[in-house]
Amino acid sequence: MISLALAYLRDRPLTTALNVLLLAIAVAMLVLLLQFGNQANDRFERDARGVDLVVGAKGSPLQLILSSVFHVDQPTGNIPLSSLDLLRRDPAVGRAVPLALGDNFDGYRIVGTDDSFAKLYDARIATGRTFDAPLEAVLGAKIASDTEATLGQKFVGNHGFAEEEGAEQGHDHAPFETVGILEPTGTVVDRLILTSYETVWDVHGIEHDHGEEHGEHKHEHDEDEDHSVQDTSQTGAPAILQASGDGLEPELTALLVTYRNAAGAIRIPAMVNRQTQLQSAIPATETARLLELMGASLDGIRIFAWLLAVTGGLAIFVALLNMARSREGDLALLRVMGASRIQVCATVIMEGVITAALGAIIGWLAAHTLITLARSNFPALADMGLQAWQLMPAEAGLILAVLAIGALAALIPAVRVYNIDPARTLARA
Amino acid sequence: MQLRVDKVGLSYGGRQVLSEVSFGLEPGEHALLLGPSGSGKSSLLNIVCGLQTPDSGTVTLGEQAMSGQADALRKRHMGIIFQTLRLVSALTVRANLLLAQKLQIGSTDEKLVDQTLDRLGIAHRAKARPFELSQGEAQRAAIARAVAVKPDILIADEPTSALDHANTQSVARLLIESAHEVGASLLIATHDDRLKDHFARTIVLKDGTLAQGPVAA
Repeated sequence: MISLALAYLRDRPLTTALNVLLLAIAVAMLVLLLQFGNQANDRFERDARGVDLVVGAKGSPLQLILSSVFHVDQPTGNIPLSSLDLLRRDPAVGRAVPLALGDNFDGYRIVGTDDSFAKLYDARIATGRTFDAPLEAVLGAKIASDTEATLGQKFVGNHGFAEEEGAEQGHDHAPFETVGILEPTGTVVDRLILTSYETVWDVHGIEHDHGEEHGEHKHEHDEDEDHSVQDTSQTGAPAILQASGDGLEPELTALLVTYRNAAGAIRIPAMVNRQTQLQSAIPATETARLLELMGASLDGIRIFAWLLAVTGGLAIFVALLNMARSREGDLALLRVMGASRIQVCATVIMEGVITAALGAIIGWLAAHTLITLARSNFPALADMGLQAWQLMPAEAGLILAVLAIGALAALIPAVRVYNIDPARTLARA
Repeated sequence: MQLRVDKVGLSYGGRQVLSEVSFGLEPGEHALLLGPSGSGKSSLLNIVCGLQTPDSGTVTLGEQAMSGQADALRKRHMGIIFQTLRLVSALTVRANLLLAQKLQIGSTDEKLVDQTLDRLGIAHRAKARPFELSQGEAQRAAIARAVAVKPDILIADEPTSALDHANTQSVARLLIESAHEVGASLLIATHDDRLKDHFARTIVLKDGTLAQGPVAA
């Protein structure tokens, strides 16, 4: 009966192709929405895990979250270094991770921080060691594999966040040295280059006190091109940056805060927002807001896609109803040859289900192929961690729903076929 | 397998279509059911095939009454050739034969299918679809479909109605030869008395009754 159903589908190729196409487009759209929606959500949850609050310069809270947690937008500005102490001294704060952003290497963001950042994301060193001296850098796993980086290798950061953005503002005077590579974490850390925040100040020629972490010296940096860099590969010692940061205070971009207890959630945001230069943003709230904003337009597309799927179902219904009329003789002959009512009926249902299955499979393959193509053509999507062939249980649900549409569309024609009286049909023929 | 039709009666909307029709067909016997249009031949064949239930009387196949088990008996024992509905339109000739085997005997016998097509002279049209066949080819294919299930009784309704004289004679011979080769009884309903010469026995139906009772030619 399956081969008979296939033969009937082949018998009207254009109608079948059109119905399959309608369902394939609908399924492709729904799978794309599902994949983008779920992967974005997963990504947000993974990257924001353990971060209760982000403290940054006043501006858009969403922008602050995007730039400091997901590393996909420009920061809102800088905040005083003293804010780090302010937060770390607070008993309700379990952890305050400093971030100093501003540069990239090959499009990968360079994050000035301290060892608390790796602890926050539970990122472990795979090879080498963590950064210690100025201009030492630890690479995320994905960067290391993409760039085939090895320990001891040097690279120059560029100003800005995109690959092209700072191409002409390379910090040639301050090449980084790769001292460690992190194990994959499945988070944004895989796509970041970590260094000390003092190094970020050094690279930008900002005067600061090296006393605490990097020895008891203090130096000045020039902001013009007159940087001189001592080659660490020759001396084996950290480069001494000769720059002057006239008027520039060492600052941070943001702080990632984890509360020690629930009381922190009530008190810390209010305390931060009272500071004239600071604002706080809660990742969970901003992520929900972002998803809500995206959700409104995604819902429109989702409704359209389901309408398309229903249209595909209606097209199958019309095709099968016409078929039931024009093929009464065939079906009566099948009954005479011994096919039961159920078997003849099942042939029609199978035509609907096979059409829907073809549409679902083609649509599913098309969606994942599109994600593959999008990933290779739009690096931002790859950077977001969008996986092309990450299968989701909801996709199986979607395919089952489309199969149900095919079966439902075939139901009325099948009932009509079920009621065919072979003797009467033969008498009419 | 013996076929017995006993006092079968049928009426449509108060009009008596068949009345007290009785006849028998012995295993391997060939008979012609002859009658003009409207004489009730097709209704009688439908009842014999179990596609229609008579108002009165019984049809027995071997020791089993058709009533209540018509589908199973037809499926297992009969090969039927209709006037117009010959083959399933979406399938090739060969696929039609295989489907008939699958439905009627539960398995396929490709060798028998090929032999049948060859014997009926349409092996070269095995891959053709029904709409690609001529009238003569389509009728041969329909005979092949009915014979390929190794029936005990071969039944044909107006098998030569659209054929010229030469094809009529040819189809009659093929039906008789095919029935003979598979050892089946043969019952042909027709209004075409040109076929009488091929049969030792003719059952004449007129206005729903056997005109002269079963007659031997």
